Amino acid sequence: MFSQAVFYFFAALAVTSAILMVTRRNIIHGAVFLITTLLATAGIFLQLDAEFLFVVQIILYVGGIMVLFVFVIMLVNLDVSMRLVQFNHQRFVAGALALVLGAQVFLALKVGPGVMPHPAQQIMSPKNTEAVGDALFTHYMLPFEIASILLLVAMIGAVVMAKRRV
Amino acid sequence: MISPEHYLMLSLALFTIGVIGVLTRRNVIIILMSIELILNAVNINLVAFSRLYGDVNGQVFAIFIITDAAAEAAVGLGIILAFFRNRETLLADEMDLLKW
Amino acid sequence: MNAPLPYFLDHIWLIPLFPLATAAVMLFYGRRLKNSMVNYLCVGSVFLSFIYSFGAFLQLTAMPAAERTAIKILFEWIPAGPYHMLNGRISNFLADWGFQLDPLSAVMILVVTGVGFLIHVYSTGYMAHEGGYYRFFGYLNLFMFSMLMLVLANNLLLLFVGWEGVGTCSYLLIGFYFHKKSASDAGKKAFIVNRIGDAGFLLGIFLTSALLGTIRFAEIGPALAAGHFALGDPRIVAIALLFFVGATGKSAQIPLYVWLPDAMEGPTPVSALIHAATMVTAGVYMVTRTNAIYQLAPAAMAVVAVIGAVTAIFAASMGVVQNDIKKVLAYSTISQLGYMFLALGVGAFAAGIFHLMTHAFFKGLLFLAAGSVIHALSGEQDMQKMGALSGKIRKTYFTMLIATLAIAGVPPLAGFFSKDEILGHAFRHSHLLWFIGWVTAGMTAFYMSRLLFLTFHGQSRVDHEVEHHIHESPNSMLVPLMILAVLSIIGGWIGVGGRFEHFLAPVVHIQRHTEGFQHVPLLGQEGVLHSEEARKGLEQDLEATTPAAPAEELILMGASVAIAFAGIALAWFLYLKRTDLPAKIAKSLNGFYDLVFHKYYVDELYDAMFVNRAKDLGLALGAFDRNVIDGAGVNGAGWLTRFVSKVSMWWDTWIVDGSVRLGSFFVYCLGFVSKFLETGYVQNYMLLIVVGLIGVLAYYFYLAHHVIH
Repeated sequence: MFSQAVFYFFAALAVTSAILMVTRRNIIHGAVFLITTLLATAGIFLQLDAEFLFVVQIILYVGGIMVLFVFVIMLVNLDVSMRLVQFNHQRFVAGALALVLGAQVFLALKVGPGVMPHPAQQIMSPKNTEAVGDALFTHYMLPFEIASILLLVAMIGAVVMAKRRV
Repeated sequence: MISPEHYLMLSLALFTIGVIGVLTRRNVIIILMSIELILNAVNINLVAFSRLYGDVNGQVFAIFIITDAAAEAAVGLGIILAFFRNRETLLADEMDLLKW
Repeated sequence: MNAPLPYFLDHIWLIPLFPLATAAVMLFYGRRLKNSMVNYLCVGSVFLSFIYSFGAFLQLTAMPAAERTAIKILFEWIPAGPYHMLNGRISNFLADWGFQLDPLSAVMILVVTGVGFLIHVYSTGYMAHEGGYYRFFGYLNLFMFSMLMLVLANNLLLLFVGWEGVGTCSYLLIGFYFHKKSASDAGKKAFIVNRIGDAGFLLGIFLTSALLGTIRFAEIGPALAAGHFALGDPRIVAIALLFFVGATGKSAQIPLYVWLPDAMEGPTPVSALIHAATMVTAGVYMVTRTNAIYQLAPAAMAVVAVIGAVTAIFAASMGVVQNDIKKVLAYSTISQLGYMFLALGVGAFAAGIFHLMTHAFFKGLLFLAAGSVIHALSGEQDMQKMGALSGKIRKTYFTMLIATLAIAGVPPLAGFFSKDEILGHAFRHSHLLWFIGWVTAGMTAFYMSRLLFLTFHGQSRVDHEVEHHIHESPNSMLVPLMILAVLSIIGGWIGVGGRFEHFLAPVVHIQRHTEGFQHVPLLGQEGVLHSEEARKGLEQDLEATTPAAPAEELILMGASVAIAFAGIALAWFLYLKRTDLPAKIAKSLNGFYDLVFHKYYVDELYDAMFVNRAKDLGLALGAFDRNVIDGAGVNGAGWLTRFVSKVSMWWDTWIVDGSVRLGSFFVYCLGFVSKFLETGYVQNYMLLIVVGLIGVLAYYFYLAHHVIH
């Protein structure tokens, strides 16, 4: 019961924030609403017994990426963009098609064949971080290393792109 | 009892909103943020299935996605900054150098 | 058995042909001919006609009385074929171009060619200085042709041809001076009023054909007998009255007389020939010709007599107050024609024809003499500007004096005999009719004497300018005058002792008032009358024409002479002795005088009732033509054309051009789609990705759906 209420709370918060983010004129507001969405997502993770991911989400996503976003937003001209038309010329068609996509998948889930297996009874919460670390450094060692190189490349690339020509 | 369908529906909703944001908004920063939203939706999906199967693979994959999202956001914002310095515009409509 | 006809009777068709030939020559070559050549041709042809007429007359009288009908048919003119008569039987309609010479037509051709010839000679002098000389004689000859066809025709249709012909020539000649509006108006009036009469005449011909099955004069008698028509049969009365309508038009009786006074616009020889001696007598001739029909319709004859008498006195009253010399003579003509119809109406057909003949002499003479006076006065026609001319133009004066005495009915001149004959028959028929005729005779004497005195006697009221130029007419004008004067004197002696009636008896069957029509001579198709019955019938008829008791005759004769002298005396008194009186009398009778002077306003009445109504109809039809026919038809056609052109334009713009544009639109559509792929706009590309995604997902879901189930 309690978990249901929690779920619905976080779900509602996530969806509402998402919608708000997409529709705001002010980009900073959009960024803030994205932060709340990410936080709500983090809460969902927690409810799903993914404690490590919950923390990573908050530290990395919100604390890193969103801060980056906010810094860049402050570097660009907000006032001008706030006065312009926010939605482009293909909004109706695009909105309709996106909804069609959503409806399609929704119908597939609802009406389609296939049975969801029961959730596993095991609750891994005390050992979640260990489990993740375990998997990460044994089975997924290569992807892990590649990911770190990816981050290095990204860093260099970001610095190069954002550098003023000197 | 919260069945996996709930999480899938949530994921689907966020995904759809993200797609709408990408296709509809003119401001490129909002577009990037919408892309982040899409990635988040995918993450929820992965973690929900991970919990369903009692498997940790889904969560690992979600970590990688977050990493990738970070890298991409950094580079993308760098590009936007560069573009902004040259063209003084943040609107996707006006970034049509690929025309013809 | 058809005996071969003697020369002149066989060649009777030449009589109308001579003037027709010269008329044709005038039509084609007249312009290039000199006046003298015109004279030789035109007057010569009439002279030839006269010779032939005289020859025919002699050869006719050489035959026995009962056989005096010579028919010569040139060719079948209208063989129209069988038709249904009113009584249901089938008859064959055949109008031939045939000539019939019998005593009646013999008298007529002599009068027409004789007086016509004299007037032609006169015209060579009178019209010598006028323009259109050849045209005048051409018309005159054409008239001679028509008139001769009229009197020589052997059937009603051919008579009608001549009837119309003389009407046309009358129009042409009255309007001879067509530059004058009054002349052309008068010509039109004559023709149109005549037309009204002609309509009645034509209906009569139709009815005759339908009722009797024939239109030949020779066959009308037998047809009437065979049909066993009762006396006064309404159909017969209808035919008679319809013929009489035609006669009132041609012979200027009430109500269709109004054209004759206006016809004085024509040259004086025209007035003499057409409106005194010949054309106006066509009606009298026609009634006499068809007397068989009239004698079966006493009601119609009564109408004829009454109208004749009333016209006589009515016209005489108008003649009394006229100042134009020709107008007086015109009204006198109408009045004398009334006398003739009075005679016909009371059954004295021969007397009517007799008066026709004497009238041709003295009225022709009067007109020609008046023309001579007008010529002498350089065109003056108003009697108020004449006077004291007797010494200056003696020969003209003497002939006019003779003519005046003749018309007044002074014995032993011609007019006395014929007029007295008529009054005698009228008295036997109805005392009232005799009284009207008797008073009219007095009025005739009065106004003719007035004319004579005003013109030739008394003070000279002539314009000084004109006075210097007074001269006697040339011989070409004087000799016909003298010949006519002689005829006016001796013309009446022909009819003394009932000789005229004897002569005309085969043609005119006097009816005793028993029922039915008994004495009908049977006639052959061509040739001469022959049969025993005919002979017997004729003898019986001759008995019926014997005159009445001598004592009564003498008293009536005395009365006629007395009132004639009374009229002359009154005129002498008013216009020579007390010349101031006429004006005083006129003033005292102011209203009445005005009425008579303006011809009882009959012309104005006709104008309001008929002429203006006809003009209104013309205007209405014109408006109809402009607005409806032109509006709907012409403008409608224009509108339709514009409409069609608009439709065509629409077709061209939308359908023809549209197919061209459709092609370009198709390409545009293709381009529209293709444009989407090359916008350089990332979000468009994203949209395409989403579209592709939808497609792929749809495919997999479909696949899943169908594989599982």
